[in-house]
Amino acid sequence: MTTTVDSIPVSAGAETEVFDLKIDDVRTLNRAIHQASDGQSFTVDNPGGKHSLAVGINAGIDVEINGHAGYYAAGMNQGGRVTILGNAGVGVAENMMSGTVHVTGDASQSAGATAHGGLLVIDGNASARCGISMKGVDIVVGGSIGHMSAFMAQAGRLVVCGDAGEALGDSIYEARIYVKGTVASLGADCIAKEMRPEHLLELRGLLHAAGRDDDPAGFTRYGSARTLYNFHVDNSSAY
Amino acid sequence: MTLTVPDQSPAASACSLAAPSLAALGLRESATFDRATIADIQRAAETGIYDIRGWGAKRHVPHFDDLLFLGASMSRYPLEGYREKCGTDVVLGDRYASRPLHLDTVVTIAGMSFGALSANAKEALGRGASEVGTSTTTGDGGMTPEERGQSRHLVYQYLPSRYGMNPDDLRKADAIEVVLGQGAKPGGGGMLLGQKITERVAGMRTLPVGIDQRSACRHPDWTGPDDLEIKIAELREITDWEKPIYVKIGASRPYYDTALAVKAGADVVVVDGMQGGTAATQQVFIENVGIPTLAAIPQAVQALQELGMHRKVQLIVSGGIRTGADVAKAMALGADAVAIGTAALIALGDNSPRYADEYARLGSAAGFYDDFQDGRDPAGISTQDPELAKRLDPVAGGRRIANYLRVLTMEAQTIARACGKAHLRNLEPEDLVALTVESAAMARVPLAGTSWIPGTGGAGC
Ligand SMILES: Cc1cc2nc3c(=O)[nH]c(=O)nc-3n(C[C@H](O)[C@H](O)[C@H](O)COP(=O)(O)O)c2cc1C
Repeated sequence: MTTTVDSIPVSAGAETEVFDLKIDDVRTLNRAIHQASDGQSFTVDNPGGKHSLAVGINAGIDVEINGHAGYYAAGMNQGGRVTILGNAGVGVAENMMSGTVHVTGDASQSAGATAHGGLLVIDGNASARCGISMKGVDIVVGGSIGHMSAFMAQAGRLVVCGDAGEALGDSIYEARIYVKGTVASLGADCIAKEMRPEHLLELRGLLHAAGRDDDPAGFTRYGSARTLYNFHVDNSSAY
Repeated sequence: MTLTVPDQSPAASACSLAAPSLAALGLRESATFDRATIADIQRAAETGIYDIRGWGAKRHVPHFDDLLFLGASMSRYPLEGYREKCGTDVVLGDRYASRPLHLDTVVTIAGMSFGALSANAKEALGRGASEVGTSTTTGDGGMTPEERGQSRHLVYQYLPSRYGMNPDDLRKADAIEVVLGQGAKPGGGGMLLGQKITERVAGMRTLPVGIDQRSACRHPDWTGPDDLEIKIAELREITDWEKPIYVKIGASRPYYDTALAVKAGADVVVVDGMQGGTAATQQVFIENVGIPTLAAIPQAVQALQELGMHRKVQLIVSGGIRTGADVAKAMALGADAVAIGTAALIALGDNSPRYADEYARLGSAAGFYDDFQDGRDPAGISTQDPELAKRLDPVAGGRRIANYLRVLTMEAQTIARACGKAHLRNLEPEDLVALTVESAAMARVPLAGTSWIPGTGGAGC
């Protein structure tokens, strides 16, 4: 178990390249981002809910999106620090490898899907399937999350400061979930677990990284009962 | 499947209880409850769990065997074998990708995961394919350095599980294949049983060692054709519109699926028929879901033609391709290329009589072995056991694959020349007739000796 987390960046302040998506197209933006090197900054104005904004970042750059983003914003992020000042569509930070993505508003379905690393912070609510098949990412949601979140979650940590919808953590593997509010229902093989000191410690670190001051003691931990790890006749009703 | 009682193995029954002698005794086997069915029922009663196995459908379905070519004679000229050229190359992905693949032969290697196959087997496939200028495909388990290192043209699968998916490998790939389904199990997710989840395999998939892995059947961040269009656009953006994007579907409704894949922006559509192989799937799924390759091709081609996209969006066909004749028949029905899975494993040594004794010890027999899920493959192919895997020398295996791919290509050329075609792509449905009413209806070519194509009178598909 590791307690190190990426944290939300303090703005770099260097020279910033500005893209206005009323004028520039998404291809131009992404091409520039792919050619960027560590330390560069980009601002995206008038994003207008366009899809695939700032996808495939492969350097330690800062990107600020001034408004709402469509599907897959910051998809496959590797090392970038992306802030979306607004809401994010389906699959924000999908398959992120490292870096941070911060959504100040709400996020749609499948936020952080399959992400392997980095930190995704959603200040508002996240919809269904938040953290689906997550593979090592840390996700902190300030509000509530929808149904089937952390479905088949393999690794990483999901922190929910509000409530969780139906079937939380269905068929979960080794990911850990912390929920402060209520859980509508738990999915197959997901159970509440004891909060030991190391869990309080890692949760404190995650909340801190997300810029929050919630009390870790108010959360419940959920994880895998590991009863479905091997096919077994007696589990047939769970399949 | 694995039999628990060794002396009732198919090998034993095949040798000692040969059918003629039983018939001579006046015994009659039930067509409904044949011995394999009886064994299945007894196995289910003993274990309480369904049978999971590898390979593809074993039942008989209308197939390429039911088609014949009309060689040239008076009304058409054949080409001279060895002297007049018959091209075999294919360009895949030139609809949108700035770097389409240009392969020397239309026969490609289908996606088979590292995990299902040993690293040596993956390397051998890469070596063999590269030697003859064709592509290999990763699988549900990510890209290994062995395969990337040896494959000149590597297609990287984008699956519901996204095991090992990462942008570095995405950028290293030569093409991306979004997998919606597989012919052996349209609508099913992946499976890899604990025996094969070694430390390396588990590490690549971010899973605990030794668990029975069941992976998702739906993609985690999109559903339906409208989302797929956005997903494909994202993959193009991430890779700067360089790489061809394939969409692979398991054949069930190929007319609609092909049309929707084209609409979603695919460069290439891969249609895998129900006979297509698998590493591990429930037998009931393998045998009862999906439609035969033969029935799938004309539907996919019709969709492409109606959209004005035939030959612009390329069609790759797989599922039961064994010979150059199968390759030529798939091409004649309108494919641009084909992919092989099971046949490639056989070329590497799978089911070789050389391992007869070891198959018998596993309760199977050479020619019957389908326990790819079990990880104890004597040929060292569908295993993660280092001792077994060592039996497959990747260099020698690569040579066998190259030989086999060359034979498939030359056989297809032989037929194409006989039909007067200067390129495999020029083969056409006109060159074919069917031997049975069923195959005539499915392949939409006339029953031999007639001009009758059953089913063309009514509604299209
Ligand atoms: C051992 C094995 C592993 C496979 N793994 C995958 C996979 O990971 N992803 C996939 O899309 N298809 C997979 N397939 C299916 C093949 O890509 C292909 O569709 C099929 O084998 C073609 O039919 P054929 O075996 O009759 O040639 C696998 C097949 C086999 C035999």
